Amino acid sequence: MAGRALYEKIFDSRVVREVLPGRYQLFVDLHLVNEVSSPQAFEALQERGLDVRFPDRTIATADHAVATRGNPVLDGSPENIRQVLKLRDNARKHALPYLDPERGEHGILHVLAPERGMVMPGMTLACGDSHSSTHGAFGALAFGIGTSQVRDVLASQSLLMEKLRVRRISVEGRLGPGVYAKDLALHLIRLLGSKGGVGFAHEFAGPVVEAMDMEARMTLCNMAVEGGARCGYVEPDDVTFSYLKGREHAPSARAWNRCQAYWRTLRSDPDAEYDDILSLDADAVRPCVTWGTSPDQSVAVDQPIPHPRSLPPDQQAAAVEALAFMGLEPGRPIVGTPIDVAFIGSCTNGRISDLEVVARLLNRSGMKVAPAVKALIVPGSRAVRQELHRRQLDTVLENAGFEVRDAGCSLCCGMNVDQLVGREVCASSSNRNFKGRQGSPTGRTLLMSPVMVAAAAVSGAVADAREVFEEHGA
Amino acid sequence: MTGSPPIRVVRGTALFIAGDDVDTDQIMPSRFLRSTSFTGLEQHVFEDLRQAGPHPFDDPLHASASILIAERNFGCGSSREHAPQGLARWGIRAIIAESFGEIFAANCTAIGLVCVTLARADRQSLSKACVDVPDAPLCIDLRRQRVEAAGAGFACTLPEGRRQQFLDGSWDSLSLLMADPAAVEEVDARTRVFAPPPGVL
Ligand code: SF4
Repeated sequence: MAGRALYEKIFDSRVVREVLPGRYQLFVDLHLVNEVSSPQAFEALQERGLDVRFPDRTIATADHAVATRGNPVLDGSPENIRQVLKLRDNARKHALPYLDPERGEHGILHVLAPERGMVMPGMTLACGDSHSSTHGAFGALAFGIGTSQVRDVLASQSLLMEKLRVRRISVEGRLGPGVYAKDLALHLIRLLGSKGGVGFAHEFAGPVVEAMDMEARMTLCNMAVEGGARCGYVEPDDVTFSYLKGREHAPSARAWNRCQAYWRTLRSDPDAEYDDILSLDADAVRPCVTWGTSPDQSVAVDQPIPHPRSLPPDQQAAAVEALAFMGLEPGRPIVGTPIDVAFIGSCTNGRISDLEVVARLLNRSGMKVAPAVKALIVPGSRAVRQELHRRQLDTVLENAGFEVRDAGCSLCCGMNVDQLVGREVCASSSNRNFKGRQGSPTGRTLLMSPVMVAAAAVSGAVADAREVFEEHGA
Repeated sequence: MTGSPPIRVVRGTALFIAGDDVDTDQIMPSRFLRSTSFTGLEQHVFEDLRQAGPHPFDDPLHASASILIAERNFGCGSSREHAPQGLARWGIRAIIAESFGEIFAANCTAIGLVCVTLARADRQSLSKACVDVPDAPLCIDLRRQRVEAAGAGFACTLPEGRRQQFLDGSWDSLSLLMADPAAVEEVDARTRVFAPPPGVL
């Protein structure tokens, strides 16, 4: 019998039963619950007279609808306030662990759960938010789910699922200076298309992934879903274990050795059979910027905006439409595209390492945000916010002209008071550039790495961060 | 609570929504997505179109209709679960169309709202009959895959897996997932050892 990929090992270990041919009841170890996708799920429980099956396997907090200035709850819109308070009430009613924004315990669930050590190798995790794939960085299977599945997990701690196919993506070589996990993710999505991963779990492997720290791995797995994959993961290793060690909810010192010994077995077999294998040369990856309204519409920063006719025939019509919406001209360099707003944050790139490198480069260069640009740093969690403060990085960022906010999804999704206005162009470290995503129906989003956002902020226009910050490597 | 009720036959009167590509935004405008409840969504079904002029959903002759007839690609567009929820809460139990948006049809199935497709000519005579005689009874028989109306009968189709889910009462995922609690508890106990849940904070 051929060996199994880690995906199958974890999946098999969590199968409750095969309910219908090819459809499995899959146990969910950890359920993250937010204020946007849960209210109707709680309502459905009530309609059926059901309770939450395992409250201790559930964590609730508000992230999409919180305000990042002033009081996280009360300074939201009336609708935001309703959503947050509804979640609080539902959590109380069902005795769920609730991280209360009014007590400063909040953060984006995909930032908060890992930093508290809640996500461990071999787990299954679900959350009513697409970017749940983030947690795959720990060698876990993590799924974004819809409202009726949130109901299912609340009531039964399980999901009805079919097995995915598995694609191993081996990243060889080395990422150049000034090139980050975000660039690799955007590069990969451009290669495979935004639907290229449909039906797949992506296993990220190879020397480049092994060399990444946990936060970079989270960025990579976070974006897997933008390439159409249902989830992405990395096999756990010493980097994973040392990240976890000592964190609040990680196994205690007494249980540590037992857990780590088990985690070490969570590897894909050398003779595992994959449905697809892809090998990628990291040396060819350059900083990426999107020019369209789908995350696969990107170019390397030193490239011109493509002519639709240079693209595959099935992408041309969408490209024409996207360019018209973006107001961008094919053939012109992407560098120099003026921006109005710079946003560094989100579950893709709102962690301490993302903000630290930005602070370091701004500090070293002494550069300031261009006068016409509104520049925001939104930490992924309150803990990240506090860490910025402890290391006095917030002062560095503020001195450079960034406004440093409190934790939340903020400008990533336009579901709270932080929104683009009119046709503003936003250089954004988030994950989606769909029309209207950042709150204004006509607002325009250019996705890139946090360092590239910082370069755009100081230049007033898209710029090659490697030149702006003289990051040419050792 | 071990299974959802099987759905073998849907009987009732029908109303007709004209036009191809009626998307989920028309069925349930996005401003109603932000509420924290599905309750009351029935009032907002097709709201923008209903405000623009006379609409079958406001016609007293169709007030008790439980079957919706549509043209091509009904329910295309965004995946919002609010669209089928609003229709179901209004009282719709089945939709007959020439084709459906993929995710919409899946979301309908999950709440026991039957979607069947009919050939164009058949759909045309059916919608004409329904406009001419609003109280004419209709019958969708999932066992025989037939739609019967006023003496006429048409072949209808739906994906076989979905048809089975309706017939054997397995369309409701939660009922399936609740059927074997002991098996869930076994996995819970087994997995606590190496992945301790966060527990009470
Ligand atoms: S930061 Fe953006 S993508 Fe991440 S959870 Fe919030 S809204 Fe979703």
